[in-house]
Amino acid sequence: MSNAPILRVERLEAKVAEEDLPILTGVDLTIQAGEIHAIMGPNGSGKSTLAKVVAGHPGYEATGGTVSFQGEDLLELDPDERSQAGVFLAFQYPVEIPGVSIANFLRTAVQAHMPEGEEIDIFDFSDMLMDRMALLEMDPVFAERHVNDGFSGGEKKRNEILQMAMLKPKLAVMDETDSGLDIDALKIVANGVNKLVEEDPDMSVLLITHYQRLLDYIKPDFVHVMVDGRIVQSGGPEVALELEAEGYKTYEEAGTA
Amino acid sequence: MPQNETIKDLNLDEYKYDFVTEAEPVYRAQKGLSEDVVRQISAHKEEPQWMLDFRLKALEVYGSKPMPTWGGDLADLEEVLDEIYFYVRPQDRMEHSWDDVPEEIKDTFEKLGIPEAERKILAGVGAQYESEMVYHSLREEWEKQGVIFDSIEDGLKNHPELFREHFATIVPTADNKFAAMNSAVWSGGSFVYVPKGVSLDTPLQAYFRVNQERMGQFERTLIIIDEGAQAHYIEGCTAPVYSTESFHSGVIEIVVKKNARFRYTTIQNWSNNMYNLVTQRAIVEEGGHMEWLDGNLGSKLTMKYPSCYLVGEGAHGEILSIAYSGDGQHQDTGGKVVHAAPHTTSSIVSKSISKGHGRSTYRGLCKVYEGAHHARSNVECDALLINDTSRTDTYPYIEIEENDANVGHEASVSKIGEEQLFYLTSRGISEAEAMAMIVRGFIEPIAKELPLEYAVELNRLIELEMEGSVG
Repeated sequence: MSNAPILRVERLEAKVAEEDLPILTGVDLTIQAGEIHAIMGPNGSGKSTLAKVVAGHPGYEATGGTVSFQGEDLLELDPDERSQAGVFLAFQYPVEIPGVSIANFLRTAVQAHMPEGEEIDIFDFSDMLMDRMALLEMDPVFAERHVNDGFSGGEKKRNEILQMAMLKPKLAVMDETDSGLDIDALKIVANGVNKLVEEDPDMSVLLITHYQRLLDYIKPDFVHVMVDGRIVQSGGPEVALELEAEGYKTYEEAGTA
Repeated sequence: MPQNETIKDLNLDEYKYDFVTEAEPVYRAQKGLSEDVVRQISAHKEEPQWMLDFRLKALEVYGSKPMPTWGGDLADLEEVLDEIYFYVRPQDRMEHSWDDVPEEIKDTFEKLGIPEAERKILAGVGAQYESEMVYHSLREEWEKQGVIFDSIEDGLKNHPELFREHFATIVPTADNKFAAMNSAVWSGGSFVYVPKGVSLDTPLQAYFRVNQERMGQFERTLIIIDEGAQAHYIEGCTAPVYSTESFHSGVIEIVVKKNARFRYTTIQNWSNNMYNLVTQRAIVEEGGHMEWLDGNLGSKLTMKYPSCYLVGEGAHGEILSIAYSGDGQHQDTGGKVVHAAPHTTSSIVSKSISKGHGRSTYRGLCKVYEGAHHARSNVECDALLINDTSRTDTYPYIEIEENDANVGHEASVSKIGEEQLFYLTSRGISEAEAMAMIVRGFIEPIAKELPLEYAVELNRLIELEMEGSVG
């Protein structure tokens, strides 16, 4: 386990469950502990699908290739087991759970991450929650609200970061976390992610984004470009800057050629 | 915070009330309903002639009314009733100390946690076993202030004038077929009187237990909350699981006088072989405030629509109801509010959960009479379906005769979505737990109104019911 990368995706093919249309057509990606990767790509390129397949969304089906997490076959695991193993997906569209407070939800989630037979102490949990909220500069009252119910776009994304801060994943996959955020909200969210990375330098992050602007605030070590269900270019941060200047067009043309 | 109960504590594997007590009744009438049975009941209770006459008249009314066809499926009921014991007397007299209740019966209530709750949080307790109250007790401090909390039979015996002034005036015999049946064979239930200005700060509780197979239970409860008084009454019901049907048909009559406040909470968790056909109605006078909190979790078929008749200016009625229907269950429930005076206000909030082949029906009436100007009412019913096989229907009746009234109605049906489940499971929460969490969230607006013990119980039940509902 020690030498295996955090995430290794090889020749991954995937489609929407119950449909025949392939979306991922052979993705290769390796992420080591502590690395920050960004996948950029136009709409419909499959980048969000990759995030969902890694997290185990039942609406998608891997039809070929492998995904391993610290050397273990991730595709064999249910979504809750993947989370317990250390995978976290920050949702592009966080889901509303009316009537369930964030505190209660987080407590259940943190409990689910405890070793078999161990029970979280309510006071320890409470301290931890307050500590995490302070780190992210959130009002403690926020924890009493119902999960994403009536939240603004910014509040939903901050709630995702709070969950990430509580669950301390080994790999955080952030699916278009920047979408629908104004620049102030984006800064707050990026700032939260940076604090968590600072706190745990071994945590790996996979940023899925359409735009360069998120990468102004969270600095990636590697940038990949995804087009038509596969990664067509990989490199350092300069790849994102080139994209910013030239757009996806050249890749798309190359892809169809 | 009941939601903070850890999941481990909530792990139950059975309908936990499925146990039978071996206790020989002191008397049991022959099965089926007949004039003879009605006379035996009355004789056992040593009733005045007027009550016997009342019962016999009710029996006639019962016979003259057709079986209702508008609600749940009652096609087999006639046959079931022929096999039912309408009157089973568990012991010679009602006791006021648990020490005097026969051991086996006392054990039953111990298992149900009643004496413990009584010591901890209740102002008074009544316990009915089969056809009669076997125990009734009220804390001395309330007795001194003139509160009456007794069996209905003792109410008739010891407070005949107060009893007769109100009995069957709120739910008349001819109101419906099952009110007529109850009027003929009623046995057990509570008689409650809270004097002017007295506020009970802890609830009164009555617990109804059916033990024997093919049993019919017909409690009758009469509650009078005098001017400016306040109280909360809780009713709980359970029975063992039998392969044959049992039957429960209660009539609850309530008077909330001027500026009084009253809440009646029911948590009905009958076994799934029980027909539960109940009439509950409150008359609310000027400035009075009535709340029904109605939880229907068990039974094969429940038909129950708690009602508020707002007869005095500024009266307020509220019905909060929650229904759970699993396989083989039909909860046909809802509420009725009748605005018969100016500036009256009401609200009905109904939530149902249907799972497997379960079916939940909301059936409600909001009526505003001419002259009830400035009446306001809001009805909200939300249904949650767990599976594709579960079913829900909504029948909201609204009748408004007054121009100056404001009545709103909202209804929603939702299904537990894949996205909700994925969201929760992607945080490490198991699918069954995620289901339970979504359901608990759905009923939270009502669960938070319940006494803690019942809220915990409700959560336990949902946890249990959600096991194996995935996939």
